[in-house]
Amino acid sequence: MYRSNVLVCGGTGCTSSNSQAIIAKLREEIAARGLEEEINVVQTGCFGLCALGPIMIVYPEGSFYSKVEVEDIPEIVEEHLVKGNVVKRLLYQETVKGDEVVGLNETAFYSKQQRLALRNCGVINPERIDEYIAMDGYSALAKVLTEMKPEDVVNEILESGLRGRGGGGFPTGRKWSFAAAQKSDEKYVCCNADEGDPGAFMDRSVLEGDPHAVLEAMAIAGYAIGASQGYIYVRAEYPIAVKRLQIAIDQAHEYGLLGDNIFGTGFKFDIQLRLGAGAFVCGEETALITSIEGNRGEPRPRPPFPAVKGLYQKPTILNNVETYANICQIILNGAKWFSSIGTEKSKGTKVFALGGKIEHTGLVEVPMGTTLREIVEEIGGGVPDGKKFKAAQTGGPSGGCIPADHLDVPIDYDNLIAIGSMMGSGGLIVMDETTCMVDIAKFFLEFTVDESCGKCTPCRIGTKRLLEMLEQITNGNGTLELLDEMEKLCYYIKDNALCGLGQTAPNPVLSTLKFFRDEYVAHVVDKKCPAGVCKALLTLSIDPDKCKGCTMCARVCPAGAISGTVKNPHTIDTTKCVKCGACIEKCKFGAISKK
Amino acid sequence: MQKKISSIPFSGTPEQEAKLKEVISNHKDDPGAVMPVLQQAQDIYGYLPIEVQTMIAEGLNVPLEEVYGVSTFYSQFALSPKGKYNISVCLGTACYVKGSGLLLDELTKELGIGAEECTLDGQFSLTACRCIGACGLAPVLTVNDDVYGRLVPEQIAGIIEKYRA
Repeated sequence: MYRSNVLVCGGTGCTSSNSQAIIAKLREEIAARGLEEEINVVQTGCFGLCALGPIMIVYPEGSFYSKVEVEDIPEIVEEHLVKGNVVKRLLYQETVKGDEVVGLNETAFYSKQQRLALRNCGVINPERIDEYIAMDGYSALAKVLTEMKPEDVVNEILESGLRGRGGGGFPTGRKWSFAAAQKSDEKYVCCNADEGDPGAFMDRSVLEGDPHAVLEAMAIAGYAIGASQGYIYVRAEYPIAVKRLQIAIDQAHEYGLLGDNIFGTGFKFDIQLRLGAGAFVCGEETALITSIEGNRGEPRPRPPFPAVKGLYQKPTILNNVETYANICQIILNGAKWFSSIGTEKSKGTKVFALGGKIEHTGLVEVPMGTTLREIVEEIGGGVPDGKKFKAAQTGGPSGGCIPADHLDVPIDYDNLIAIGSMMGSGGLIVMDETTCMVDIAKFFLEFTVDESCGKCTPCRIGTKRLLEMLEQITNGNGTLELLDEMEKLCYYIKDNALCGLGQTAPNPVLSTLKFFRDEYVAHVVDKKCPAGVCKALLTLSIDPDKCKGCTMCARVCPAGAISGTVKNPHTIDTTKCVKCGACIEKCKFGAISKK
Repeated sequence: MQKKISSIPFSGTPEQEAKLKEVISNHKDDPGAVMPVLQQAQDIYGYLPIEVQTMIAEGLNVPLEEVYGVSTFYSQFALSPKGKYNISVCLGTACYVKGSGLLLDELTKELGIGAEECTLDGQFSLTACRCIGACGLAPVLTVNDDVYGRLVPEQIAGIIEKYRA
């Protein structure tokens, strides 16, 4: 027994801000005082509040230290761990209320959250199977194997109402029941850990913070559909997740929780890792399966669905990491418990990766039906620097931008589709008034053009043409007719593309056209970019009240566009100006602005 | 994405070739071996010149066009060598709205090379990468394994200076 446990986040965000050095320093300081037997240093998964990383919690007090620096460690060890005085100055200030230190659950960021998929993240050491087992780990698998028939398992998942967390929201139980009904000598269970949606990182956090939960759920799925082999397709860009998954698989083998004759029941199940190599389209299920087979990750037409003919032409189920992370909880607590959380058609919780122009960047898990406003303003702490909220982007390159007047919509699969976006994997990027919506649409189209696999024409050529139209607009050559033409092309691509990537690729354009048409109009009619982002549409001007007539700008201008006499305000000839900004850099009086 | 194919001549060592042969023989009978073998080959050589792809095709007994099809499909496979220091700028959405595009512009200006290119002295290469998941630190760039977060363009010159020996 240790008298204190010091938990340090070892997720990617905190590792990037040096949490490994903090762990090393902690161990060193603790060893120097001969306290190794009393104080335990644990490297955990993600706590969620990435904006304040590196994060460290000291139990039993539950003191939450944020933005910890290596130099702070000797003080924390000496004052807190030796003398028992919490170093309030270094705590997350929201947990300090006057003289009191309150628990994390009383802070705005955590109080509205309900952590099911992330329940063990930031709580256990993901590299030790014993800690997972201590949190009821593998008891769901034991229950399934010893007390339930495969069809009971499928029914339990069906009744829970769990829907796929990877984007589409297809009922997980239905997928399982299709595959279970197939007769075949071999079936497969696959896990989609190819989190390609830029700005979403919940799957990575689950894999890094609680890898056994995914392994256990896959074994349960294997039992339910009659499969003995599983594959996890994980992005090679997630080295920490890959490493911890491999450790978890090896440990599960050692404990007999994977392999032959699990729990002495004769059930056999094994899991292999397959590394992705960077292709967004591989998040599409048929493309992912083709990629596991070692080919170019091109999607194939459905039907036949993977549940009938999937990997190596055998019945296959493919679920996303976060979906699996819910399975063990459903088995242990029952379908009724799970379906009591959430909205009528979307049960349970959803993890969102909050990012962009928001105070508390990080991972949040909330019950379905929480409003965007609660997530952005209360949990997320709102937009920083006093800027105004403009839009929230959900669903990544397949989703859309949600404007301020839809902030009170309760989030679930169906509501998001109704307002022209989608759940996607749960990326939630907040944009403020300095973000240009046309530029954002262009950004996503550049992404899809890059990532289109090229197999079907509507996507390969359609998205390229769409991008060219957007470029025309941001370059100042757009017309009102072009906007209509663009809209028509969007619907054409949606109706005709082969797979989910193409069918959803126009969403960023359509949703910005719908909610931010005024910005498009400003670009094509007034030739202005209201947010001041699109370079070709900016004009430089000199404020005559601030200009002292020092002539510096005129001398530095490479285009000879600035004229004026000494000690008199200068002016810029916008027809000659090349918008290089050299004059802005030189002006000592801040008289030149770009708008 | 259009891949940049290197014009720098291939210079593999016998040790590298021996390692590659071992990888190939370990995977020879696996279904779907092309991807894992390409990944390990890239670890050995740093990139995948056509000579290496040919060895893989012959070793695994699959047509070269199939190997080439896979190597050009996935963004992680590099057909041209990386610099001693590979700088990759995250262009994920969270980083982009926080100005990572400006970081890339600044790097291009500072190094005189575009994305997916390498400086003539082989010191630096530049990549625009997909989300690395460090959105809490946006905007982010990495130099080999070092991560730099919460950056503004003015810090770029200082970062490059650190690696310029």
